[in-house]
Amino acid sequence: MAYEGVPGLVETVEAHGEVTLVIDAARVVEACTHLRDEEGFNFLSDISPTDYLGWAAKGVAGYIGTRDGRDLHAPGSQGMRRVPDAKPKRFAVNYHLLRLADDPVRLRVTCLLDDGEEIDSVVPVWPTADWFEREGWDMFGIVFRGHPNLQRILMEDDWEGHPLRKDYPIGGEPVRFSGEE
Amino acid sequence: MAVIESKAKIYEGSRIPQPIPTVLQVDKEKHKLEDILTVNFGPNHPSTHGVLRLVVDLDGERIAGIAAVIGYLHTGFEKTMEQKTWWKCITYPERIDYLSFQTNELVFVLAIEKLLGLETPRKATWMRMCLSELNRIHSHLVWLGTSALELGAISMFWYTFDERDTILDLSEMVCGTRMHTRYFQAGGLAEDIPRGFYDEARKFCKQMSRAVDEYEGILDANAIWLKRTKGIGLLSADDAIALGQSGPCLRASGVNWDLRKNMPYLAYDEVDFDVPVYHHGDVYDRYKVHMDEMRQSVRIIAQCVDRLEEMEGEPWIADDRKVVLPPRHELHTSMESLIHHFKIVTEGYTVPEGEVYVVVESARGEMGCYVVSDGGPKPWRVKFRAPSFVALQATATCMTDAAIADMIAIVGSLDGVMGEVDR
Repeated sequence: MAYEGVPGLVETVEAHGEVTLVIDAARVVEACTHLRDEEGFNFLSDISPTDYLGWAAKGVAGYIGTRDGRDLHAPGSQGMRRVPDAKPKRFAVNYHLLRLADDPVRLRVTCLLDDGEEIDSVVPVWPTADWFEREGWDMFGIVFRGHPNLQRILMEDDWEGHPLRKDYPIGGEPVRFSGEE
Repeated sequence: MAVIESKAKIYEGSRIPQPIPTVLQVDKEKHKLEDILTVNFGPNHPSTHGVLRLVVDLDGERIAGIAAVIGYLHTGFEKTMEQKTWWKCITYPERIDYLSFQTNELVFVLAIEKLLGLETPRKATWMRMCLSELNRIHSHLVWLGTSALELGAISMFWYTFDERDTILDLSEMVCGTRMHTRYFQAGGLAEDIPRGFYDEARKFCKQMSRAVDEYEGILDANAIWLKRTKGIGLLSADDAIALGQSGPCLRASGVNWDLRKNMPYLAYDEVDFDVPVYHHGDVYDRYKVHMDEMRQSVRIIAQCVDRLEEMEGEPWIADDRKVVLPPRHELHTSMESLIHHFKIVTEGYTVPEGEVYVVVESARGEMGCYVVSDGGPKPWRVKFRAPSFVALQATATCMTDAAIADMIAIVGSLDGVMGEVDR
């Protein structure tokens, strides 16, 4: 494979025509620097963390009725579909990279994290990571170690909780008034 | 032409502030010694393109420090979409960016189709392209009108909104609504293209090419406009890439990058158009890129209309009853259609497990959509890579050494739509 030399590479996944590199979270800066300098991924498109709490479990959002639902693509089979494989850790931080050059390539770098685990900031590698990482902290509570300004970005500074976590209730947030102590 | 030419390095060194790339900070020492005035600008200010708040440290007329504060329009679209079926989610992305709604709808629909492995008929592909380009012009017109308005050219606003109205009329003709159309479905289009659309679209193309020349005639002959835009808000090619800029901002900095050309989607590799590139990276060049892009979009629309006319009578949506709603008339006669209709509307269709990241070139740049499905009828996670969100990260870099009056021009030129920034 082309990306064998990437530091901390755990596995390479290819699906839907997209390549995903699963990287050891502790070596993310090393891996990203390598990808930028050696492989030419000069453009960071996006950082999208995902919360996999309750993934492949019963009664989560996304399932109606039975645990796995019926396979709508095989009518008449009544067969039960495969449940997605459980994820080894709760959070995934996905970096979408782009080689902005005459031979453009896209790549996804995924780091898996447990709740409370920290990950190094990639702001020194791509300055555009600044707001993306702040959003990741704001929405998921993932701490990006070494970020120069890790504050809430979309929610208020004194907001409690991280809204895009799967255990954050929908419609249950308290209504707050400005005069309240 | 290469994506980046060597001469694109027009400024020595990087102007991105350290250590925080998005905040221009004043020295603490300087803050004490000199007369630095901290001014709060926005979030409710007519010149901030919505609810952007800027905290500015002023050293006389010059900007010594700046920090953009966002989040005032955060509505939790991504969280809401996790609670809706795929089918119902399509209405959300368009509301994220209320100027470029069609491309936002497109990127989400393309993501669903990629996960489903669904082929769309060519008529749908070409109509999607046609509407995306109309939408690009729509967005650029509003940008031009409001940006010029902020610099005092009030008449531009009335002129651009005339053409904008024609686009919304076309939109109403095709989709029934003027904005937030929900015309793209997973699999194709919601309805067939109405009779008379091609004639109206051709009429618009003629009107638009004349109009762009007119706008340029008004602004390029205006000494105030030129003085207030030229050489202001500089962003070098390297800085633009490092800051993740895309779309007109990137092309104005001398980077020949357009997803429609470099990584074609839909049928953009079959149409003939040019990518405008300018090299100064200032507000004026961003304006020029917008103007040229409108001309190119008109060219694309004309080609789309020609091709679409040849496809008269062809299907506009994929024939997959597990994903696509059955035709309305069948509901009265066919039990199976009724069941399919009921299932899709209530339970929704399931999308195979997986994750995809799909991008389109929206009016503001690289609009990305990262979608995770667990195989159920609702998305597990939807994340939008909003080009405006990234564009506003460049404010601090562009504002280095700017005067307070330039700030309005610079913020305008970055073309942030706050709905998309805050999502």
